[in-house]
Amino acid sequence: MLLFIVVPFILAIVFSLTNQRLMSPNAAEYVGLENYTNMLDLGVLVVDPVMDADGAILLDKNGDNQYPRLRKFTRNNPGYPDVKGMKEWFSFSWGEQKVAIMASDLVFMKALVNTFTFVAFVAPIQGALALVLALLINQPLRGIHIFRSIYFMPVVVSIVVVSLLWRFIYDGQNGLLNSALSTLTLGYFEPVNWLGNPDTALGSIMAMSIWQAVGFHMIIWLSGLQTISPTLYEAAKIEGASPWQTFRYVTWPGLRNTAVLVVIVITMQAFSLFAQIDVMTSGGPLDSTQTIVYQAVERGYGKQDISGGSAMSVVLFLIVLSISLLQRYLTREKN
Amino acid sequence: MLRLDADNPRLRMTVRYLVLTLIALMFVTPLVFMMMSSLKPDQQLLADTSSMRAFLPVGDISFDNYKAAFERAPIGLFMLNSLFVTGITVALGLFVCSMAGFSFVFLNWRGKSIAFSIILATLIVPFETIAIPMLLMVSKLPWLGLDGFSWGWLNSYRVQIVPFVADGLTIFLFAQYFKDLPKELIEAARVEGCSWWQVYWRVVMPLSGPILATAAILKFLAMYNQYLWPIMVTQQEQYRPVLVGLQYFFQLNTAWGEVMAYLTIITLPVLVFYLALQRAFIASIASTGVKG
Amino acid sequence: MKITKKLTFGILSAAALGVCASSAYAKTDLSLWYHGAGNGVEAKIINQIVSDFNNSQDDWNVSLESFPQGSYNDSVTAAALANNLPDILDVDGPVMPNWAWAGYLQPLMLDEAMLTDFLPGVKGYWDGQLYSVGLWDAAVAMVTRRSTLDDIGARVPTLEAPWSAQEFNDILAKLKATGKYDYPLDLGMAWKGEWFPYAFSPFLQSFGGDLVDRSTYATAEGKLNGDAAIAFGEWWQGLFSQGYAPGNSQDPADRDTGLLEGKYAMQWNGNWAALNTLNKFGDDTLFLPAPDFGNGSTIGAASWQFGVSAASKHPQGASAFIEFALQDKYLAAFSDGIGVIPAKYSAAALTENYKEGGAMAVFYELSKAQALVRPVTPGYIVEAKVFEKALADIADGADVADTLDSAVDEIDSDIQKNRRYGH
Repeated sequence: MLLFIVVPFILAIVFSLTNQRLMSPNAAEYVGLENYTNMLDLGVLVVDPVMDADGAILLDKNGDNQYPRLRKFTRNNPGYPDVKGMKEWFSFSWGEQKVAIMASDLVFMKALVNTFTFVAFVAPIQGALALVLALLINQPLRGIHIFRSIYFMPVVVSIVVVSLLWRFIYDGQNGLLNSALSTLTLGYFEPVNWLGNPDTALGSIMAMSIWQAVGFHMIIWLSGLQTISPTLYEAAKIEGASPWQTFRYVTWPGLRNTAVLVVIVITMQAFSLFAQIDVMTSGGPLDSTQTIVYQAVERGYGKQDISGGSAMSVVLFLIVLSISLLQRYLTREKN
Repeated sequence: MLRLDADNPRLRMTVRYLVLTLIALMFVTPLVFMMMSSLKPDQQLLADTSSMRAFLPVGDISFDNYKAAFERAPIGLFMLNSLFVTGITVALGLFVCSMAGFSFVFLNWRGKSIAFSIILATLIVPFETIAIPMLLMVSKLPWLGLDGFSWGWLNSYRVQIVPFVADGLTIFLFAQYFKDLPKELIEAARVEGCSWWQVYWRVVMPLSGPILATAAILKFLAMYNQYLWPIMVTQQEQYRPVLVGLQYFFQLNTAWGEVMAYLTIITLPVLVFYLALQRAFIASIASTGVKG
Repeated sequence: MKITKKLTFGILSAAALGVCASSAYAKTDLSLWYHGAGNGVEAKIINQIVSDFNNSQDDWNVSLESFPQGSYNDSVTAAALANNLPDILDVDGPVMPNWAWAGYLQPLMLDEAMLTDFLPGVKGYWDGQLYSVGLWDAAVAMVTRRSTLDDIGARVPTLEAPWSAQEFNDILAKLKATGKYDYPLDLGMAWKGEWFPYAFSPFLQSFGGDLVDRSTYATAEGKLNGDAAIAFGEWWQGLFSQGYAPGNSQDPADRDTGLLEGKYAMQWNGNWAALNTLNKFGDDTLFLPAPDFGNGSTIGAASWQFGVSAASKHPQGASAFIEFALQDKYLAAFSDGIGVIPAKYSAAALTENYKEGGAMAVFYELSKAQALVRPVTPGYIVEAKVFEKALADIADGADVADTLDSAVDEIDSDIQKNRRYGH
């Protein structure tokens, strides 16, 4: 049955080594690692500041050194074959010189960074919030199952639907979030264009993703909590343990297997971030929400470059594989 | 869990409920917004988003959007398709994946650990990235049906069902759960002469209520919310599921009220399914008892 | 692609089965795909054409399958990959060369003489052959109100004397200064996708740039990142940084109703949306040509068209259907129904809005006089996406020259990888 995942994936690996196009009359050829180098190649360019005739460094309006435009070096300049066609990723000053790190596929680099950022924030926050909710919901209170159902509700709604709804919430002009915040602060809050601002777009998508999925992990934690024997809690009570001690020495050790599961599942889900981006931002503004999967689909399907898209998938696979091996190794060690 | 004045259980209770309710509000408001908006004409819907009115059934309330939505698209057909595909996949999937999980945990066979690693690795591959190779593959698969032998799986229910019956996550979930089952129980059953099939069906499955419910919900959601794949493989309206149907509502001058109505319609069955299973879920935990 | 060959066997046997099954009726089945699902008016007209055609002769029986427009191209791409295309399908004009080049379409079997009085934009040529033909074209105009221009003392431009760049920028500044509007100009940034290259590349062309060098179709260098293109980019960025136009996060609802509600003073919009404006403002409505930024005023051409798939075993039948659909009455029906521009003059005369003196006749003139098709190359689909992203990034404040350079590199490398797309 796994034929349906393994075989296509092997096909994807094969594609990634060719120049296969989605639709084309040209036969595909083996091109080796070309797709990978096109995607991952980095270069370094060191440039001297612009000087006037006397050798004094020209300053720009802010009083910083002025540097020549990098496109002088990267375009039609046989003197710099290493950085041909590359784009500036980021740069820093090194004495008087400016050191620019150049990337041949800048958008992919940004997608890589965004994806890691997303995982780095979402995995711990979502896992922890889910645990807090699970602890809250694990109390013997009347009507607690109503709350449990409510907390789980966003999970059952399609992520496409959720993304559409949250577009209304994040709207920059008369969005629900802006009007709520402005009401709460008695009008002092300046409306923010949540999805249209490169500084807030990724964060907004994180918040929404956590909101949507936290209920699911809450349930996983909860099923873990319920496997812990009540006698242990009674024993803890008799010993006079504080709630924190109870949690630390009774609850948490009992949740070890669950924790592994939760962390793995969240990490996987976070790495495959796609639908939210597709519905809400298409990777913008200014690539602040590009992700690997979005790029892979955009490249492979939208731009018909299936070999390039497949190469991205393979890279993503290797990344996640090494991370999950690391996770397994780390969780093993403690045993 | 919260440490509050223990002498005042009433206050403590109130605070607890208050916290729970506030959190609950955060989770339901967007959905309330969706349902309320589906009752309003477009202009009011958009104007209301700048105030609390967005969450209230006020102004010009009617079911006109629902009527218009049903006229625009064959919603009943889409729902049936989705429920059919999802139902079959969930049922088959639970069976197949639990067996696979069972064999990984209790049986010994060659290459087991390699196979399990491969299954874990498949968790890592996002579906979007293998969709195209998979499309090329299913378009060439043979099929022996009631109407004879044919090539290509496109435009059918099977193309939406078969590839998703077995999935790594569900197998993984079952395997994790089975590991925690008391080994003695299995051994005892074997000693008494049960076949592996009987162990699976008579001993393990009855203890697996919670994980079955969890896996069912999870698989239901994944299947019901399919979008990319059905677009690629269903070129006939008769096989389209609900999320593809959503595209019917995005025209020039999108009628947002209708969109909201449609979103509400397609969300309700999932809520119902969840609430129904949620009961079974709790009941199964109660009946199997809490095992240490 | 090798896959194509391997698949032929499967398709042949499937086709054979289909023929056997239908032979009892003596009519041969033809399948037709159309992008109008969810649009009641459009569905009604196309259904009418199909049933009229089926009743008009005894050889062919066309059956219609409708797709929602939002995912139509994805569906067709997937079907093409899986070799599962219908006999007749509709295709967006600029995408046609890609499909023709990839071998998914075949040339039409139509007498081209019958198309002489059709608008140039509705005829889809690739490699010297007619692959597709449209029942209508679309045109874009600067939509505003006479009273709005009178307010600031601006001249009403004509086809012969469109606004110059300077004039246009002054008008934007004056409109902004009135303080009456949220923004003077609504470009339609809320409409992602094909709208960007369709609606905005004519500005670039008017500046003297282009998506690709049309003399060779081998590179975009110098065209999309030359001085003219950079001047265009700076102007484009200015529209947003000066607050003249709402940017990428424009609310789709505002795009639909902003002009009508007075939030915007002018709107760059297609003829398909013109009816609403006319209903609201009546005689006060103006549909104006694009400003001339130095190389003439121009707009994009080519809308949805019909073509015949290469897989079709019955191209005569498919072409017969297309020929049948090209009758004036259907052209007029579509025009009246969804506001599009009828493909030929004799049909325009039958319509309510495009007949001489009709409220939207100006669009017909625009289409005839200044429409320029988007680059006719299989690479267009990539060029369009790259251009869309570049425009969005520049609007968000990205460096103009760097952004255009990136766009050029991506387009060029795509052309290389595809061995120049057969040019």
